[in-house]
Amino acid sequence: MSIRMFEGFKFSKLPTPLHDMDPRAKFVLTIGIFAVALLFSNIYALSAVLLIQMPLVYMAKSTRRWMKSMKGGALLALLIFAMNFITGTSFTFLLSMTIRFLSIISSFSIFFMTTSPDDLGLALERMRIPYTLCFTFTTAVRLVPTMALDAQTVVDAQKSRGLELEKGNLLKRIRNYVPILIPLIVNAIRRSVELAEALESRAFGTTEKREPLVVLKMRLTDYLTVLTTIAFVVIAVYINLYVPLPTFDIPIRMPHIWPWMRWQP
Amino acid sequence: MIKTEMLHFAYPTGDEVLKGIDLEIEDSEFVAIMGENGAGKTTLIKHFNGLNKPTKGRVLIDGVDTRKRSVASISRDVGLVFQNPDHQLFCETVKEEVSFSLKNFGYDEATIERRTNSILETLDLSEYCDSSPFTLSGGERKRVALASVLVWNPKHVVLDEPTIGQDYLQKDRLRNFILQLVSQRKTVIMVTHDVEFVAECKPRVLLLSRGNVVADGPAHKILSDDGLANQCSLIRPQMSSLMSSLKDLGLAQDVIDVYTARSCLLEAFRKVR
Amino acid sequence: MSRSALVLEMTPRLAAIDVNNLTFTYLGSQKPSVANVTFSINRGQFVVLTGPSGCGKTSVCRCLNGLIPHFYSGELHGDVVVCGLDIRQCPTSELSKKVGFVFQNPENQLFSLSVERDVAFGPENLGLSRAETRERVEWALQVTGISSLRHRAPYEVSGGQQQRAAIAAVLAMKPEVMVLDEPTSFLDPRSAAEILKVVHSLNRQMGITIVLVEHRLDLASQYADRIIIMDAGKVILDGKPSEVYNERARLIGVGIPRITFLAQLLQKEGMPFPTIPVTVEEASSLLRRSLGS
Repeated sequence: MSIRMFEGFKFSKLPTPLHDMDPRAKFVLTIGIFAVALLFSNIYALSAVLLIQMPLVYMAKSTRRWMKSMKGGALLALLIFAMNFITGTSFTFLLSMTIRFLSIISSFSIFFMTTSPDDLGLALERMRIPYTLCFTFTTAVRLVPTMALDAQTVVDAQKSRGLELEKGNLLKRIRNYVPILIPLIVNAIRRSVELAEALESRAFGTTEKREPLVVLKMRLTDYLTVLTTIAFVVIAVYINLYVPLPTFDIPIRMPHIWPWMRWQP
Repeated sequence: MIKTEMLHFAYPTGDEVLKGIDLEIEDSEFVAIMGENGAGKTTLIKHFNGLNKPTKGRVLIDGVDTRKRSVASISRDVGLVFQNPDHQLFCETVKEEVSFSLKNFGYDEATIERRTNSILETLDLSEYCDSSPFTLSGGERKRVALASVLVWNPKHVVLDEPTIGQDYLQKDRLRNFILQLVSQRKTVIMVTHDVEFVAECKPRVLLLSRGNVVADGPAHKILSDDGLANQCSLIRPQMSSLMSSLKDLGLAQDVIDVYTARSCLLEAFRKVR
Repeated sequence: MSRSALVLEMTPRLAAIDVNNLTFTYLGSQKPSVANVTFSINRGQFVVLTGPSGCGKTSVCRCLNGLIPHFYSGELHGDVVVCGLDIRQCPTSELSKKVGFVFQNPENQLFSLSVERDVAFGPENLGLSRAETRERVEWALQVTGISSLRHRAPYEVSGGQQQRAAIAAVLAMKPEVMVLDEPTSFLDPRSAAEILKVVHSLNRQMGITIVLVEHRLDLASQYADRIIIMDAGKVILDGKPSEVYNERARLIGVGIPRITFLAQLLQKEGMPFPTIPVTVEEASSLLRRSLGS
């Protein structure tokens, strides 16, 4: 599982309509899906919310990487699921919550895979957030793949000195990560200092009044996306309040299988 | 012996970096692997200690397929020194740093103490034995990294770009040290694009370009070849360019180091006089 | 591009860089890294600064654009005046308009996801108008020969191209002086030669004063008007390449070009060398005269 899961959140430049979309429109879309996912508790509705995203993923040509974030999310969800199941929560409810969880992860995964940190920074700037903060954010995001590469090199270097990460009891395994973490941290600090030097040398922070070379412009498709998302949310609210949805109950409960939770109502 | 048979390697994303490499490096050989950035040099040497496993073909270290052994196990015989020492330094003292590998390999306290002190002395690091590795200069940190690999006395030593960031004196010292390792009958493989350094060491040269071995032979032949240099983004050693410009005067063409050039030119001069 | 766009506005002064009795000790350090260094560099000169590791060349460079004393704290004595600006009084942001700095590692000086935006970064920071920034970016990309790479991400291009992007990014700020600290360290020989050629053209065609810290003297000597050799914080030798590449330089640990060393060896054995060559071409023609009769 490890680092591969994060590939579902890594940006890569591809010529798809989703990549070209203004980040603000995409963000509205993501928040819309997020809101609707939180709104519904019905398993059919939640499944619909998850399924709706699949054509988006396909359009963004990021199916393989999306699957990775789904796999990671599913694993985590399984853990939560198992914990709750043992304490007696209904199977259907847990299934619904898992699907909700995956929907949310999916929507953010799509957002980060199709939005470059630079564009994100530009969007934040347009929203009047101070430039230094925007830059900090985008640089942090930009450095994630670089540091992941660093981490891999450190692991390789230490393995070449006989470090065996898989061996030993739990305590030993945790201690084995010290030779990985320290070089990583030291390198991160070194890198930051070099970055800071370069920034100073290019007059960073001289003035807040920056006119960026590239300007974000909302186009027709972006406005349409925003409107569609708002409509989507409104319809969802309506359905939630007024439309009775079919329910679905799988009658498996913990006490039935293993009646040790006597206090269950 | 380090041997590769039809070695192919591709990243999970699909790009094939090594496209069918067949090579044999005998014990105690001294080899330089050269080629342009992206030719696959570092990817290749990571196969020598099992960090990378071939996607097709196989790699044999002393007759055993690398897929059958763990990295830690192969590392006992093949010591790989990485390019950037900051990717491995983590201990509080240089002594601890150097003995880290010995602890991993399960040596006893007495042996660890003896070997650590010995390698620190050999590499002129004894005075720093209780210092923090992070307080040392770039060149010193590189020596600590080298010490931490040589301390377990591997049969084969692989160096990834050992000359980057080193000044002339440091390179001189490095060259002497490498030649010392060679005289100790160790296999020494170095990845480098420092042509003048290779010209002075005169190893066997393996030229890699775009995932294939395009040339394999003694340094003086390979480095004086203009066509190969162009293909692999290298610049011929100055001596070779000089002799080439005086080709019509009948001078030897495969000269790459200063002292051989001096002899050649003096001979020609004395003939003229 | 019009001539006026190419010729940078320069304040009329002969010395671009004036260093007087410069001594600097980093905070927490016992010894000064730079000890009583004095030199002057005229406008338009191409100076190579070299010496063994730890000799203080990087520290001197840091003084030239204000990283010392504003970014690196310590005890500073002496004066450094660059393009009429005193480094003590002037913040780095002011100095960066006159002095550009290109660092060793291309990775950590390019921040954006496209080369174009990275080159625009400096002018944007200076608060220039979009039109002005656009003009400077176009010009810088063209001069460094990377216009075709403008939309590529810095991590997608080769090391040599990255350094060109770094140079373009600095150039877009229209500096009068450019300081380059071992810019070819991580590059293969061919890319290294190309980068130095670009730097040379900036010097010749645009009159930008160059201070280049380099170990690869075989590649850099042909462009240098002057070589300054430092050791242990002090300036030991300062002059034309053919004057400075002597026995003393070799003993300090400077890697003089092999061709120069060869000429010195041959000269000892009695071969005549009216001048000491620093490039293969020079050596070749000198030897041809001795051997080609």
